[in-house]
Amino acid sequence: MINIAQQLPVIPIILPLVTAPLTLLIKPGRAPWAWVTFISWVIFGACLAILAEVATNGVISYHLGNWAPPIGIEYRIDLANALVLVLVSGIAATVFPFSYESIRAEIDELQSPYFYCMMLICLTGLLGVTITGDAFNVFVFLEISSISSYALVAMGARRDRRALTAAFNYLVMGTIGATFFVIGLGLLYQATGTLNMADLHLKLAGVNSRVVEAGFAFIMVGIGLKLAMFPMHLWLPNAYTYAPSAVSAFIAATATKVAVYVLVRFFFSIFGVNFAFMTAAFTFVLLPLGVAGMFIASIVAVFQDDVKRMLAYSSVGQIGYMLLGISLGTKDGLQAALVHLLNHGLMKGALFMAVACVVLRIGDHCNTAFQGLSRRMPFTTWAFIISGLSLVGVPLTVGFVSKWYLLKAAFLAGHTVTAFLVVFSSLIAVVYVGRIIELMVLREPPKDGPLSAPVKEAPWSMIICMWVLVFANIYFGVRTDLTAGLAGRAAEALMMTAGGQ
Amino acid sequence: MIDFTFIAERYNYWIFIVLMMVGLYTVIARGNLIKKMIGLNLFQTSVFIYYISMGKIAGGTAPILIGGEAHGGGHEEEAAHGAEAVTSATSTPHAESLHAAPAPEGVNDLSAAVADAAPSAMEGHEALHAAPTANPALTAPAEAPPIHTTPSFDVAPSADAHAAAAGHAGATLHQAAEVIYTNPLPHVLILTAIVVGVATTAVGLALAVRIREAYGTIEEDELEAADDISEFGHALNGETRA
Repeated sequence: MINIAQQLPVIPIILPLVTAPLTLLIKPGRAPWAWVTFISWVIFGACLAILAEVATNGVISYHLGNWAPPIGIEYRIDLANALVLVLVSGIAATVFPFSYESIRAEIDELQSPYFYCMMLICLTGLLGVTITGDAFNVFVFLEISSISSYALVAMGARRDRRALTAAFNYLVMGTIGATFFVIGLGLLYQATGTLNMADLHLKLAGVNSRVVEAGFAFIMVGIGLKLAMFPMHLWLPNAYTYAPSAVSAFIAATATKVAVYVLVRFFFSIFGVNFAFMTAAFTFVLLPLGVAGMFIASIVAVFQDDVKRMLAYSSVGQIGYMLLGISLGTKDGLQAALVHLLNHGLMKGALFMAVACVVLRIGDHCNTAFQGLSRRMPFTTWAFIISGLSLVGVPLTVGFVSKWYLLKAAFLAGHTVTAFLVVFSSLIAVVYVGRIIELMVLREPPKDGPLSAPVKEAPWSMIICMWVLVFANIYFGVRTDLTAGLAGRAAEALMMTAGGQ
Repeated sequence: MIDFTFIAERYNYWIFIVLMMVGLYTVIARGNLIKKMIGLNLFQTSVFIYYISMGKIAGGTAPILIGGEAHGGGHEEEAAHGAEAVTSATSTPHAESLHAAPAPEGVNDLSAAVADAAPSAMEGHEALHAAPTANPALTAPAEAPPIHTTPSFDVAPSADAHAAAAGHAGATLHQAAEVIYTNPLPHVLILTAIVVGVATTAVGLALAVRIREAYGTIEEDELEAADDISEFGHALNGETRA
């Protein structure tokens, strides 16, 4: 008899991986959706159990097939990846039930089993990247999630054919990124002869050869492409804009966050802050690119006439905040980056869900569709406003918590100028979020044209899921001890392995 | 002064770098989506070559335990096995004798014989092991075996890396010194990467097919012009026509 509790760490991977192909056998319609929703809730429960276990009893090390770590593959869960696991599975557990009405309108019903199968595979990949303690495993899971998301983005082609070119560009960029990552891993393997992350860290301690430095650079560029680090973000806006609405909500809230987590894991758990290139990478790459992303992407967001594209550019800007937090190289900076990683997932998920409701009822995601929305779809409007304010960083929302920790970390690290830049760039967020809020609340609905037809509020299944995330935005904005406290402990543990203070 | 033998010695890495850059250039410079996809594939394939050549050790055999026992197996024993294999192979010209030999030995002895038959390679390799600081290129090229790739970079724990590479299959360091195995792990890793590469190419080509159905073209500039026309009513770039 297998003890389920002992096998807990592998459940979030095995379950979606095995059930995804089974989804293909289900009759198109409501059944695949119900099945996938059920699975996502089970996974969310498992991830919560893992987080509780890690928070009380410390790091879990699960040996796949009972092969001991340096040779066998290890799933190693500390607080940092337990938190990301809960974020990813939590977003899945709200987006999957949310997606039914939205997807029914945007995708051919015959394709629904394929669609939900792909969502589960994407979820497997994202959870796998997060949970694994083996560097090559990260690549495999990264590609599992990426390849399925290329297909998911392309499924938006029924509404707009530009989804196809967006998916193609995403594929090209994503594959280049993944291949750079593999080259980096190869160089590390050549220098150390191991792929286990903990083992790599031990073997790389004090090694400063050109092979390792080249490997470091390849890995940073590779992950940078995946997480849409500022000049390498060009795939992201189109992919998020033309993907089916539910897919945008899912991928925007999880995929780039997981890539940021991988960056943190490689920087702090494998190379460590004492690695010779690390300071240079922090000061000359992450800090300037993070700040540039914060400003340039946010300014570009202001001038978009499409809400989805605006949110996509804002995502690039928000990733800048996370990179900034990482680049400080302190425990506080890392904590701020982790907190913002979680919080940004919550707010972008809610925002893209609100857009999905508008697309379902009004039929478009351009700015005009949002005119006078407060009179047409009040629940959706208020969900958008609250999570939009959270994006800006208004007190009582999660956005405020992340900005607070980021500012605190910047001041403590002596980066006073950077701290002011964070505040200034938040003001740009006020502009682009404020524009949409003004359209929704103060303008009249369009009088004529295709967008003027009378509409109902979005269906209750969508409203409920969306408001769950909106309440999470407020709840974690007030109960900061949950996210910030755990992220603080996670950052402390990461810094301990990284060898810094 | 540039050490040309040092560079020539590592020709496998040059193949990798050239292939990689050709692939990357094709992805960036070509406007045709199929050509882009093939370039991307080439780019990925170059990494396969890098991984495979990294694991290959000159004169190394397949990572199969040689001799009946997993542990022990001194050098004399191995040499004897090798000699046996050579004699049995030469004295009895029937191929059956090889097949009919007891399974654990008969299968492996042939490779052991091959390894022993190329002592120069062994020596060259031993030199590599013994002196990570010495330039291996000086001894090698003259009697280099057909597939001679040195998995050596100038890294500090070079000896460690070699040992790990040679002995990763679970053999101890001691054994690794006796029988040289090719490191199987990079090959296995790259099997996974090949699957990923095939899947990516398949998805990319499928997308190209769908793009052709939706737009009637797979040239990037024409696609851009088509999007501009549907959005603004005219192509923004004057030179291209949809």
